[in-house]
Amino acid sequence: MKRIIARLDIKGNRLVKGIHLEGWRFLPEHPNEYCYNYYLQGVDEIIYVDAVASLYNRDSLKEIIKKTTDNVFVPITVGGGIRTLEDAYDILRSGADKVAICTQAVKHPEIISEIAGKYGNQCMVLSIQAKKNQSGTFSVWYDVAREKTEIDVVEWAQRGEELGAGEILLTSIDHEGLERGMDSELIKLVSKAVNIPVIASGGLGKSSHFVEAIHSGADAVAIAKALHYNKVNIEDIKLEARNNNIKVR
Amino acid sequence: MAKNISIIDYGMSNLLSIQRAFEHVGAVVNIVSTEKEILNSNYLVLPGVGAFPDGMNELNTRNLNLAIKEYSQKERPLLGVCLGMQMLLSKGFEHEVTEGLGIIEGEVLPLPKDMPNFKIPNINWHEITEPKQARWNNTILQNTKNDTCFYFVHSFYASPSNINNVLANTAFGTLNFASAIQKEHVFGTQFHPEKSGIDGLNLLKKFLDF
Repeated sequence: MKRIIARLDIKGNRLVKGIHLEGWRFLPEHPNEYCYNYYLQGVDEIIYVDAVASLYNRDSLKEIIKKTTDNVFVPITVGGGIRTLEDAYDILRSGADKVAICTQAVKHPEIISEIAGKYGNQCMVLSIQAKKNQSGTFSVWYDVAREKTEIDVVEWAQRGEELGAGEILLTSIDHEGLERGMDSELIKLVSKAVNIPVIASGGLGKSSHFVEAIHSGADAVAIAKALHYNKVNIEDIKLEARNNNIKVR
Repeated sequence: MAKNISIIDYGMSNLLSIQRAFEHVGAVVNIVSTEKEILNSNYLVLPGVGAFPDGMNELNTRNLNLAIKEYSQKERPLLGVCLGMQMLLSKGFEHEVTEGLGIIEGEVLPLPKDMPNFKIPNINWHEITEPKQARWNNTILQNTKNDTCFYFVHSFYASPSNINNVLANTAFGTLNFASAIQKEHVFGTQFHPEKSGIDGLNLLKKFLDF
């Protein structure tokens, strides 16, 4: 099965959406309302990302996760601002099934092995923020796409797998928020290079973009803006997928 | 009247999700961690995420292994989920050979690594199918349609010695593994009903009918 995942970027206790992971705008309803709606539509999974990766105000994020477990019965991944095993434990105890790690993994890759060792590979999602270089290669960025590294995305994905990541959440900074389609080239490069599932994120604006991402090698697609603004719904994407012989739930 | 169920806390699982799911279908949930509480239960759930040896070690050091076995002989319903299902079997082969609870005869083996397009850990929704020898009537799958999808997260699978203990099959490449098992009142699911949407909730609700 190919998975359809709703991605909800959170700031404080609000759902936000930006372009290229910046310029956040608030959406009107409470995040839990959106989440429940996607669950009712038949979404396969939920990803919450703390958009400011704040050290402070984590209680509102944990409250959102806890409330999610009241009425949403699909897997929940939470990322943003997780720096230590204790942070991970805190998030898992609030009801998350997996944690996604970006910045801390770049700074201290051993956190990947620590979380995988303690909670299992399936629990450790390596979140990669990728941006294309002028030379055509992709570099790893971090700290909500503010900081650049010289690390090559493909090498980082492979390293992450070696260290024990069970999945990769691959966000294209260039395509994020534009709704003009996903970065097929990036998805192809990474999904060919690793043996763990790749969740493609950034750029879906219509159902056919899902099909393109899957054909490029993605195992799952995370959708944010197009869902929040009601431009696509889960049922349409499933229909489009089935029409293209892609197995979905 | 609401059914009281006991979920075993042995330090290996996030209990919140499965607790919420059972509450959602009308059960009153008790989190239990002692032999006495296990033996006094009317419905028992053994959850679990993690490695087989760690799980057994936690059960053994808390003296819960014998209590769970004794409970299972009382003809009261028991449900093992994921690692909790795997530990119902006699032997696990994760990291090292480890003795399981042995409530259902069989082994726990690694998923094959050489299946094209099937990745490990197997994190995905998969269909479950009714095997030839099993009927889902009067089981936890009574209200489940053939080929319904459930959510799996695992790298090992259960292989019961007796084919009659296989309640449902799931395809992983060319391997067809036991995704649900049963022996009388003892049930196990490799998948997570508490993470499988409405179909998972229906299964949990059915468990409460036993």
